[in-house]
Amino acid sequence: MNEEEIKKTVFQLLKNIAPETDPSLLMPEENIREALNIDSFDALQFIVSLCEKLKVDIPEEDYGKTSNLKSLIGYLIQKTKG
Amino acid sequence: MIKFLMPNLGADMEDGVLVEWRKQPGDFLQKGDIIADIDTQKGLIEIEVFDEGVLEKILVKEGQKVPVGSVLALINDGKGEEIRESSGDNPTPEVPKILEPQEQAKTKSTEEHRIKISPLARKIAESNGIDLTLLKGTGPEGSIVKEDVEKAISERIANKPVPQPEEKTKEAPEESVNVSRTTSDSIRMAVAAAMSKSNREIPHYFLEKRMDMSKALEWMKESNKTRPVQKRILPVAMLIKAVAKALDEVPDLNATWENGLQRKNEINIGFVVSLRSGGIMVPAILQADSKTVEEIMETLNDLIPRARAFKLRSSELSQSTFTITSIGEGGADKVFGLIYPPQVGIVGFGEISEQPFAEEGMLGIRPVVDVTLSADHRATDGLIGSRFLAALNKHLQNPESL
Amino acid sequence: MTKNVSLTYREALKMAIREALHKDERVFLMGEDVGRYGGAFAVSKGLLQEFGPDRIMDVPLSESGFTGAGIGAALAGMRPIVEVMTVNFSLLAMDQLFNNAATLLHMSGGQLNVPVIIRMGSGIGRQLAAQHSHSWEPFFAHVPGLIVLSVGTHEDARGMLLGALESLDPVILFEYTSMLNLEKEIPEDSGVVDISKSKVRREGTDISLITYGTGVYKCLEAAEALEKEGIKAEVIDLRVLRPLDEATFLASVRKTHRALVVEDAWKSVSISSEIVSRIMEKAFFDLDAPVERLCGVEVPIPYPKHLEDASVPQVSDIVEKVKKMIKP
Repeated sequence: MNEEEIKKTVFQLLKNIAPETDPSLLMPEENIREALNIDSFDALQFIVSLCEKLKVDIPEEDYGKTSNLKSLIGYLIQKTKG
Repeated sequence: MIKFLMPNLGADMEDGVLVEWRKQPGDFLQKGDIIADIDTQKGLIEIEVFDEGVLEKILVKEGQKVPVGSVLALINDGKGEEIRESSGDNPTPEVPKILEPQEQAKTKSTEEHRIKISPLARKIAESNGIDLTLLKGTGPEGSIVKEDVEKAISERIANKPVPQPEEKTKEAPEESVNVSRTTSDSIRMAVAAAMSKSNREIPHYFLEKRMDMSKALEWMKESNKTRPVQKRILPVAMLIKAVAKALDEVPDLNATWENGLQRKNEINIGFVVSLRSGGIMVPAILQADSKTVEEIMETLNDLIPRARAFKLRSSELSQSTFTITSIGEGGADKVFGLIYPPQVGIVGFGEISEQPFAEEGMLGIRPVVDVTLSADHRATDGLIGSRFLAALNKHLQNPESL
Repeated sequence: MTKNVSLTYREALKMAIREALHKDERVFLMGEDVGRYGGAFAVSKGLLQEFGPDRIMDVPLSESGFTGAGIGAALAGMRPIVEVMTVNFSLLAMDQLFNNAATLLHMSGGQLNVPVIIRMGSGIGRQLAAQHSHSWEPFFAHVPGLIVLSVGTHEDARGMLLGALESLDPVILFEYTSMLNLEKEIPEDSGVVDISKSKVRREGTDISLITYGTGVYKCLEAAEALEKEGIKAEVIDLRVLRPLDEATFLASVRKTHRALVVEDAWKSVSISSEIVSRIMEKAFFDLDAPVERLCGVEVPIPYPKHLEDASVPQVSDIVEKVKKMIKP
């Protein structure tokens, strides 16, 4: 899975949670949850759906790496390679 | 024969539209079966049945708007022709005890025509929770007039030794069937009505306590390591469980204030879910005290998406005995809630954040949460509230035994 | 304690005119046969001798002409009382009344008041047939700029003209020829009537009878009869048909929750139409029964006595209607 595909998946999953927003407008270093107004429950649902969709495991201690697009995409690229 | 009534799904509910019958006459019903879908201010609600028996007769057509307490159907429980009320534990307080022959109730409700009633009589009936379908009109063209409604009210008083159902308050939106009103508008109105009532009628007192979350979060982190991502828990699940256990110790807060303090047997915790479109829903986590933290998390995983999609069941909306509101991360440090009537308390959790925390002569940085309790001073005093917060803190410091 | 005096409706009207002439030297009476003949209905008999031809003025048979002259006199600072013999002749003066009297204050930008009083004999009940038995209060009450009064009682016959004299706007007074010889008692000190307010003539709790003109005594008599059957009817004499004093009848409806409007005028597009509309608009949720009306039958008024009687509501009709509304 390349960067573009991962980005597309991330945007789609965020859109499912916050349908009235446009995740593609997020800045790379913007805090995703703050920008899209996502609460802790939805944040967990987002991670669950990422794990299911991309077939990766995101341990709780890595949640910090999912806070903005730049680090999240980087993290997922690394994860999907492995 | 049992009368199946339009349930009251909250202090603010006056009526609902019967959208679909899920069961048909002749179907066998078991406790907990979904019998119908009803459209309310809170969206489409699945209505459960509390009795076993055979659905005898449907009295309200699909698409019909009916007030709370109206007879929707008759259920044959094999215990004779005598008509009784449902044993459901949420019968509404609004049911007028006007015993009319069964035949009459049937023909009236199944009539195609709208009920003929004078504007004045309708106004009086609505503010007193009188079921129009059970009234016999003596006015022009057989219309129901003021005198008929007043007679029904006086008969209800005569037949009912228990105190009067609380008089409906005026803040409920005027009867206006505005079809174009969106669900989020009607939720706004429902919240407005319930909170106005709360603020007007309940003398709140407020307590606040800062609680150390380091042990609870540590325990959660460790146990989450062993869980697949779908089963991981959030701090809120622990908070709910701790509240349930604290309520078990301080039962005066797990109660309603209706003609005095009424303690509740079950601990059903209403959890405030904010809607992205504005407004809130408060589904209940039933019997939270007997669920494990994992089970509570599973319940939340099921409830929250359904609450946001307006797909809750009647029991989940009507049976909460206490409420939790939680700001979560990135929000305010503290939240002081308004009690959802007729409950007597609401606990508010602010954001969990790292703060300097002194303990045993040492200062450290700890994750803490500021917990508030808003409680009804008619029902309890500050000492009870304070005991509750102490018990809650004790449970949060012993996460492994939650 | 004030004494009551007994007098006819005609005498009450005359007393009012005399008092007006005495009180204010700008007042004068003009109309067909009001002087030498003493008035077509003998209301002004003897006034020419008492006040002289400058103040009791006979005019030619030209309603448009003398009504216009009255309006002109009012513009020039006088307080003319113009008698139009009966309301049917007022059609000839309508252009003056509607296009001049009613509009000049507006068209002069508030500079010109028209304090003219138009008295008209009207109504049914003297076998005067289709052309002389009209109840045309609704025509006049339609027009903004006019004040339209209906003299339904002896007290008002005594005091309404005096109330009208205090108005700076044109006032149309409907007097009822069928009541001229009717004798009633009124307090000796009766005087000026407030022409902005309706009057509750009888209090009751079960139904509001809303009426004016000849309907007032009929409704009072009906209320008396209903009382014996245990029904307490409230009688509202509208008496000001424009601008309507809606507060009084709405308050009554809010108390009794039922209303019957009674008038001699034809039913369609009448005063009662307006009253019922206002009740719907402003007191709907206080109603316990549909508002009902008893009005004139929509035919040219017949000459024969029994048909004439049948063409307007009578006391027995009112009693029956109320009973049906309350005990269907």
